Amino acid sequence: MSLNTDKTIEGSFQLIGGDFSIAGESSAQLKKILTDLGVEEDIIRRASIATFEAEMNVIIYAAAGTLNYTITPEQIRIVIVDMGPGIKDIDQAMQEGFSTAPDWVREMGWGAGMGLPNIKKNSDEFKLDSVVGEGTTVEMAINLP
Amino acid sequence: MTLKELEVILQAEVIVGSDNQDFNIESACSADMMSSVLYYHTPNSLLITSLTQQHVIRTAEIAGIKIIVFVLNKQPDQATIDLAKEKNIPILVTSYCMYTASGRLFEAGLPGCLNK
Amino acid sequence: MKLSEVVEKLSLDVKTVDDGLQKEVTGVYVSDLLSDVMANAKDGNIWITLQTHMNIVAVAGLKNLAGIIIVNNRQPEKEINEKAESEKITIMTTSLPAFEVAGELYKMLT
Repeated sequence: MSLNTDKTIEGSFQLIGGDFSIAGESSAQLKKILTDLGVEEDIIRRASIATFEAEMNVIIYAAAGTLNYTITPEQIRIVIVDMGPGIKDIDQAMQEGFSTAPDWVREMGWGAGMGLPNIKKNSDEFKLDSVVGEGTTVEMAINLP
Repeated sequence: MTLKELEVILQAEVIVGSDNQDFNIESACSADMMSSVLYYHTPNSLLITSLTQQHVIRTAEIAGIKIIVFVLNKQPDQATIDLAKEKNIPILVTSYCMYTASGRLFEAGLPGCLNK
Repeated sequence: MKLSEVVEKLSLDVKTVDDGLQKEVTGVYVSDLLSDVMANAKDGNIWITLQTHMNIVAVAGLKNLAGIIIVNNRQPEKEINEKAESEKITIMTTSLPAFEVAGELYKMLT
């Protein structure tokens, strides 16, 4: 597709665990970048939702993380790396409805167990790596037509 | 459904209004869990919720929700109000519970959001 | 209106085996927040939620609710259904979202 540029655009955001007051703002800024580039609305929607869910996972479960993005005319690639507890059983974590969220997180409207499935559903490529006690990396890519 | 019609049907207080948008709300989503808000396809949609924190506004922005209704007279704090103003998302507060608010809007012809 | 009528009119899928369908429905409560349900739901209410974890059974029991309708085609695990049966709580599912289930019930009950 023809973006308003032919350069590769890269950047990153720092994510702070536990800070719900700005939770989601990095995804909102990425959404703005994509909108300014002239990306198709449906693609922006998918990328924003996937990024937002991944960002929220960092805020909810991790101490901190980084959201890295690379945008080329062919693809939007996002890698979110966190320093968090890691995921013990990835297959289980990918099940809709499965959540390890504590009660206080549920009372804030998170922890319904839809985050990882939502990310996968909205991406064309999805990869999840995790080491218990160290952290988790979520990689997603959305192809541009 | 326009902002004014929503205000009347829900007997709601407009906490954050809008001067410059003509709303035509075509569907509604009643949820407290933010991931279910993101699950649906929500062009021109309304969110009915009892949570009033800032991340609700951000979720709405990402999902493309146009107007938010807080039920049970839940009043948002100033930080939430400011964020909604910044994002141009009107906020209504109704004393109805989620069931009655949903029921009244549904009876008035507003459908639920589409499963995408 | 009896719970059985609600099940029939909304074509709900009943997940538990019990005689709870004869319960009289006093009203409806829609919320995904356990604290909210604990504070505001009434005896005999049907609870509409997308939550499927074990706590919903305890809450429904404590509040003596008529039953729980789980929305968006979310499916409770077998353990949840079994616990619900032992506490005489009826669990039902629907593919409809909460707004529409609430709307349909509102039309039926009001």
